[in-house]
Amino acid sequence: MSQNTMVHGDDEGAVPTNLPPDPSRRFWVTTACALGGVAGVATAVPFISTFAPSAKARAAGAPVEVNVGDIPVGQMITVEWRGKPVWIIHRSKEQLEGLKVNDPLVADPQSKRPGFTPAYAENEYRSRKPELFVCVGICTHLGCSPTAHFETGGAGGLPSNWEGGFLCPCHGSTFDLAGRVFKNKPAPDNLEVPPYQYLTDARIVIGVDEDNKA
Amino acid sequence: MAGEKHVETTGLLGWVDRRFPATATWKAHLSEYYAPKNFNFWYFFGSLALLVLVIQITTGIFLVMHYKPDAERAFQSVEYIMREVPGGWLIRYMHSTGASMFFVVVYMHMLRGLFYGSYRKPRELVWIFGVAIFLCLMGEAFFGYLLPWGQMSYWGAQVIVNLFSAIPFIGPDLAIFIRGDYVVSDATLNRFFAFHVIAIPLVLVGLVAAHLVALHEVGSNNPDGVEIKQGPKDRFGRPLDGVPFHPYYTVHDIVGVAGFLIVFAAIVFFGPEMGGYFLEYNNFIPADSLKTPPHIAPVWYFTPFYSMLRATTDDFTWVLSGAALLGAIALFFKGNFKGVWRVIVPVILVAVAVLLRVLDAKFWGVVAMGGTVVILFFLPWLDHSPVKSIRYRPDWHKVLYAIFMINFVVLGYVGTQPPSPALNLTSQIGTLYYLAFFLLMPVWSRLGTFKPVPDRVVFHAH
Repeated sequence: MSQNTMVHGDDEGAVPTNLPPDPSRRFWVTTACALGGVAGVATAVPFISTFAPSAKARAAGAPVEVNVGDIPVGQMITVEWRGKPVWIIHRSKEQLEGLKVNDPLVADPQSKRPGFTPAYAENEYRSRKPELFVCVGICTHLGCSPTAHFETGGAGGLPSNWEGGFLCPCHGSTFDLAGRVFKNKPAPDNLEVPPYQYLTDARIVIGVDEDNKA
Repeated sequence: MAGEKHVETTGLLGWVDRRFPATATWKAHLSEYYAPKNFNFWYFFGSLALLVLVIQITTGIFLVMHYKPDAERAFQSVEYIMREVPGGWLIRYMHSTGASMFFVVVYMHMLRGLFYGSYRKPRELVWIFGVAIFLCLMGEAFFGYLLPWGQMSYWGAQVIVNLFSAIPFIGPDLAIFIRGDYVVSDATLNRFFAFHVIAIPLVLVGLVAAHLVALHEVGSNNPDGVEIKQGPKDRFGRPLDGVPFHPYYTVHDIVGVAGFLIVFAAIVFFGPEMGGYFLEYNNFIPADSLKTPPHIAPVWYFTPFYSMLRATTDDFTWVLSGAALLGAIALFFKGNFKGVWRVIVPVILVAVAVLLRVLDAKFWGVVAMGGTVVILFFLPWLDHSPVKSIRYRPDWHKVLYAIFMINFVVLGYVGTQPPSPALNLTSQIGTLYYLAFFLLMPVWSRLGTFKPVPDRVVFHAH
């Protein structure tokens, strides 16, 4: 007797308590569940895909042109590129000397770790020209924007051999004036150097270089 | 009528009962649900959590009527609620105070479970649903905190979303996927709004129902950790040590509700910011994507876990790696695992020890933060003590619990402070204690001289 056979007893209980398994019914139950599952997953795809950045958000990353000729020596300006702060620092001679002092103190002095430094910035100064430093002012740890501490010496909890740089308020990572992270700090990488190139000596464009067209 | 159910009730209620289990549900969960008669102060917090959920949903519905989930207008619309909507300030302060009080009540509720072994067999699922509620609550609080679009909202969301970017390989793309943009933006605000007002609350309410159904299936624990269902019963089969939840505990809980509402109203009316702990000062400044406030910290209820995130530096992974190796050796020689598990578990621990040094400390910080919450799910299987309640445990167990509580508060305090070397060391010690408390529980919880557990609950009539 299988499940396909109708059973009628004497009383109201028309279904016997122990039915042997019916292989063909099992097969169709499994098939229906599998196909239903595939359909369910396929339906989820358009819903999940709405989480990805919209066409508008993807189009918003236009390059930014900046006039850098009038930044005073030792000062910094901040511009917005793709919603992120980009710092442009006109470093003084003393500040550049300070970078050499920091070489043994930073985690990756020559920026060898991939992903955050274009080839033209893989040097001690992390820039195309030593005096002008361009970087994205977002900590590589968890994305806070570090604050500038250009004064040398240990003020505000900074070490006494501080040569000027940045302190992230969130988790205490410190960076020197080339955006290089000091050893044993939460941030795993040096600050990101965005693609940029010189239009003239006094004008740069951020978001464009030899490998990244606008 | 043929096929109609026979019920004891008559009239309108009888009509309903023949079609819907109204009286049966009332009896099963309230008037004939027998709860142990020796509940103490700690048993207020379950019903209080339900009360706060109702407060949050009610005030939330009214806030949504005036709030605009739009990066350009969100901050202004919250100020509009505060200044121009009649009574809007009160509704908003009730909601913001409710968020913090939810965590106060839930932390007390969880601590009660920890004290009296309420997670032990047969209540594992009650506990697991409860931890899932706690996780949902953390999600709800996090999504909700972005909505005012202040500086703390913005940079808090930035940091937490970036936690996901620490996951090897898929992390950076996952973070973009969560934000819906390359930075926290309008798209992020809109989806967080959707999660905060509908997605998570629906799951939360479902989990609360599951939590209660599971609890009423197995029956409530009590401060003695004695099963009243296994104790003496009256001639109707009702446990002698139990009283019907309604009217006894419904009325009893009204006392707790009154006390709670006094505190709640005092905060709402006299100190809704609670010195910057409930509403952070930086959140009264509109979000600025170019400037992080000088000191950012999460709201107090996240800070213990946030401290453990910050504690995980590159140096600290050496310590954790060493601990994992010691654990592997101890488990291999002394562990109770059977068969292949005797080898597999130590091998996994050795692999963790190696990965701790291979992958970024940033990733392990995220693992520490998430793992310290997820570890709670496993509590029913970590505790091997022969008694449930702390009352009958050795005194040195009580000391461990006391240190655990103090440690949690200290971690919470450290998480609110700017980073410094001394505080970082404190949080590292605290993280080690937190992890050891749970991970070594299978060992320490069975050691010592336990006191005899009485056959019936200890109860002195007033």
